[in-house]
Amino acid sequence: MLSLNNIEVIYNDVILVLKGMSIQVPEGKIVGLLGSNGAGKSTTLKAISGLLKPEDGEVTDGSIEFFGEVIHHKDAADIVRQGIFQVMEGRRVFEHLTAEENLIAGGYIRRDANLKPDLEMVYTYFPRLKERRTQTAGYLSGGEQQMLAIGRALMAKPKLMMLDEPSLGLAPLLVLEIFDIIKRINAEQGTTILLVEQNANLTLGVADYAYIMESGRIVLEGYPDDLKQNADVREFYLGLTEVGSRKSYRDVKHYKRRKRWLS
Amino acid sequence: MDLFIQLTLTGLTNGAILALAALGFVLIYKSSDVINFAQGEFLLVGAYVIFGMVAQFGLHWTLGMFLTVIVAVALGVMVERLVLRPMIGEPIISVIMVTIGLSSLLKAIVFTIWGNLPKAFPSFIPSEPVKILGATIGEDRLWAIVIAIAMLGLFNFFFRRSKEGIAMRAVADDQQAALSMGISVKKIFAWAWSIAAATAAIGGALLANIVGVSGDVAHFGLRVFPVVILGGLDSVPGAIIGGIIIGLLEQYTGGYIGQGLNQVLPFVVLIFILMVRPYGLFGQEIIERV
Repeated sequence: MLSLNNIEVIYNDVILVLKGMSIQVPEGKIVGLLGSNGAGKSTTLKAISGLLKPEDGEVTDGSIEFFGEVIHHKDAADIVRQGIFQVMEGRRVFEHLTAEENLIAGGYIRRDANLKPDLEMVYTYFPRLKERRTQTAGYLSGGEQQMLAIGRALMAKPKLMMLDEPSLGLAPLLVLEIFDIIKRINAEQGTTILLVEQNANLTLGVADYAYIMESGRIVLEGYPDDLKQNADVREFYLGLTEVGSRKSYRDVKHYKRRKRWLS
Repeated sequence: MDLFIQLTLTGLTNGAILALAALGFVLIYKSSDVINFAQGEFLLVGAYVIFGMVAQFGLHWTLGMFLTVIVAVALGVMVERLVLRPMIGEPIISVIMVTIGLSSLLKAIVFTIWGNLPKAFPSFIPSEPVKILGATIGEDRLWAIVIAIAMLGLFNFFFRRSKEGIAMRAVADDQQAALSMGISVKKIFAWAWSIAAATAAIGGALLANIVGVSGDVAHFGLRVFPVVILGGLDSVPGAIIGGIIIGLLEQYTGGYIGQGLNQVLPFVVLIFILMVRPYGLFGQEIIERV
């Protein structure tokens, strides 16, 4: 459905952020993209959704194809219209609009004027938003804002929803709730999901396939079950030792063990 | 008592015209954070275009007004295309400087076409004196009030209920997030500038009808600044109420205390209001979650 072929992204004409990155997102699946800070995860998403331009970024090599069509030179608005919707990192709700107005803004590209059934659909996933529909979004709690951000995406009825760190800054229990809903959206609406996360454990729990990226390229990929068995992933992403017990902070000496994919 | 009513009505009409000019200003600020220093010149263009339509081509004033609005919308789209679009991504302050340049340009164009001498204006809206509660007031001034109120209703509906209006507020809040849901920021800016130019043109036409056509129309536009700062830079009701407050204050101080002071007192009140409410009367507060 979506494929990135060896793309290279440069910011400000000099800073090379993605160095030949390739991923495939098959239709109807949840694909996870893991990596630490500054690995280029958000840049990857922005390259797909066309949001690089306002930040002076540019895809300089390779191609991004959506259903076989090259999309990386298109306008953000066109890309959304083709069915790719990015839920940006840090929620980014429209603070001065009410919750419901936020949702209506999310459905901006929909031609059919009647958004009522879709609002109801969003409210069945997030009953809390229904209670808060007339409240100013800026005053909602962090979890409610994340729900609103995902709800906004649902309003556009995308084929592919890209979520950028939905767990950011949320309480563990809320994170579980959000991930649960992401899974349900995938199953019930048939929406393909590309999930960017730092929380490896949870992501490997919901994803059908996962990529791990470091400094601008994919270093490892595979099915979650296989990745969970990988020694490097266990140590650096899941924080487990060889025996599988939780590591004591005292023993953490990263230089002792080099990541194998680096050499 | 008669004096009071007389002053109130005059103040209301001046306020209504101020409010119309301020509406466009607020609209541009609301959607793009740009302070438009060319707002006064939009009034000027409106005044001269309707002068051309009615006095020079001899059209009926309703048709003239309609055509003036169309010219204003075209002007707004042109400004967005030629002046603002190349500035996307540049710092806001640069865009603001560009609007100062735009104001000189518009003024020069208008004076090149019509000359800079004041013109006598054949009152196009019937200005028969009407008696209200013992005070006399021109019918044209009443029209100004009616039109301003109608515009307020229209704008409020537009921003609260229509998809484009909500999108416009969304762009004002977070441009990139708006972009990420397929809202075309360019299109929204074009909308904002054309509506702003159109309301200003209507205000300019009404003003020209009352005070005549001259470069002074643009100076009247400068008084928009205290109005919007008072009402809140990004508030539609604030623009209307701010306009009316300034309009009334000027008349009351002029009538009861003395001419000259009426230019000063509105600013004194402005300072006091800003001390109590730094965002203006109805301005958006910066939302901070702690």
